[in-house]
Amino acid sequence: MPLSNSPGVSDARDLIVVGAGVVGAACAYYAARSGLTVTVLDRGPVAGGTTGAGEGNLLVSDKEPGPELELALLSSRLWQELAEELPAGIEYEAKGGLVVASDAAGTAALRKFAAAQAEAGVTAEEVPADRLHDLEPHLAPGLGGGFHYPQDAQVQPALAAAHLLRASGARVRTGEEVTAVLTGAHGEVRGVRTTAGDLHAPHVVNAAGTWGGDVARLAGAHLPVLPRRGFVLVTEPLPRVVRHKVYAADYVADVASGSAALQTSAVVEGTPAGPVLIGASRERVGFDRTLSVEVLRRLAAQATELFPVLAKVRAIRTYAGFRPYLPDHLPAIGPDPRVPGLLHACGHEGAGIGLAPATGALIAAALTGRQPPVPLAPFRPDRFGPDRFGSDRFGSA
Amino acid sequence: MARDRNPADLVGADPGPPFEITFDGSAVTALPGQSVAAALWGAGILAWRTTRNGGRPRGAFCGIGQCYDCLATVNGEPNRRACLVPARPGDTVTTQEGHGHAGLAV
Repeated sequence: MPLSNSPGVSDARDLIVVGAGVVGAACAYYAARSGLTVTVLDRGPVAGGTTGAGEGNLLVSDKEPGPELELALLSSRLWQELAEELPAGIEYEAKGGLVVASDAAGTAALRKFAAAQAEAGVTAEEVPADRLHDLEPHLAPGLGGGFHYPQDAQVQPALAAAHLLRASGARVRTGEEVTAVLTGAHGEVRGVRTTAGDLHAPHVVNAAGTWGGDVARLAGAHLPVLPRRGFVLVTEPLPRVVRHKVYAADYVADVASGSAALQTSAVVEGTPAGPVLIGASRERVGFDRTLSVEVLRRLAAQATELFPVLAKVRAIRTYAGFRPYLPDHLPAIGPDPRVPGLLHACGHEGAGIGLAPATGALIAAALTGRQPPVPLAPFRPDRFGPDRFGSDRFGSA
Repeated sequence: MARDRNPADLVGADPGPPFEITFDGSAVTALPGQSVAAALWGAGILAWRTTRNGGRPRGAFCGIGQCYDCLATVNGEPNRRACLVPARPGDTVTTQEGHGHAGLAV
């Protein structure tokens, strides 16, 4: 019986997961539950990248019918199971989401969106304008209406990732950067080289988030993951002033947009620790961490428009992160046919916390030859074209 | 409380006449230029906030505006750093319960 998480464990490993964010943690968790021996590597700390810069939203409400929604619905069920299995410290809250529209036209658009989602298995209940305050007493007056999504939930993302990792029993090695992917005579994965030496395993999962394109490149595979920056504004600790995850209807359009320009829409939620988190901004500025006062100004203005009470409290800090996005806004999940033994689990954009368990379950199914719980095809990692050396390097046409 | 030395003497300060503020309804004497925390300390008051979770007493810790332990409700506004806010004649300081925003709860 291997002793996980203890120094000097045996080198017998089935799987190396690159990335100790929530997606890597979920891959480790479900792979280990399938009987595999797992080592998780990260050049930084646990949840040190995009996971630690998120709000912990587990949403179905913002997703149109399609592969991502299927993944989100599966994840929603898996998070409920995980909430039973993991310590309460992950701060799982099945609080539900409330999407609000400013006028009748916006409400009509929400109604159409929700009707399509309902056919895909999403529960959405219309909330007429005069009932919005029953759900959220502090909401601004004069809104057009909204929809309540009871399946939306929330976790504390860094704690959720850490507890998932611990529960996986995987060996976790932080502060260790992968510098090469080791391959055999036929191009198959044999392990990785890190700043601490070589590590051998027949399978490597790329769960490096926004930096997943770099890890893919080490293996000779093309995966165009790029950063989409977002800021979160944090208020002073408050009692519960916002009950649900509340956001403005235009958030859905912002999420789906392909624009590089700055987009902001109000997304507001409370936390068990007290602070209210205010998002969400999107802009493509590379890995620039410079504080943008303009973004914070817009976030504050939109949040106080939705919840005027927030104008009376202090914002005490802000943080920024980089959502890992792929050109079609779908993650890359599953085996890479160009590099035998390499699997990808990255590119979840702003939905990685929510989509992590389903991603982990898909990766575990792929590793053990089981039927995937949802079709893998839409998430094929090679859908963006050939590897950087030319399409025939690995004989993949 | 008699002292051989006090900070005002040490720096040769010659403050203007003292004035009154109140703490939880009781009069406290302050000197011009004193922070609220200094005035409260001068009156022997060491705690003016309770923590959010355990309700434990808190007062000035770092005294230089960094640690946020000394938060107090000053003139009805919660979360003022007592170690930085200058005392003004007639200020009303009250013990802050937790985050000081209980009235906003829904």
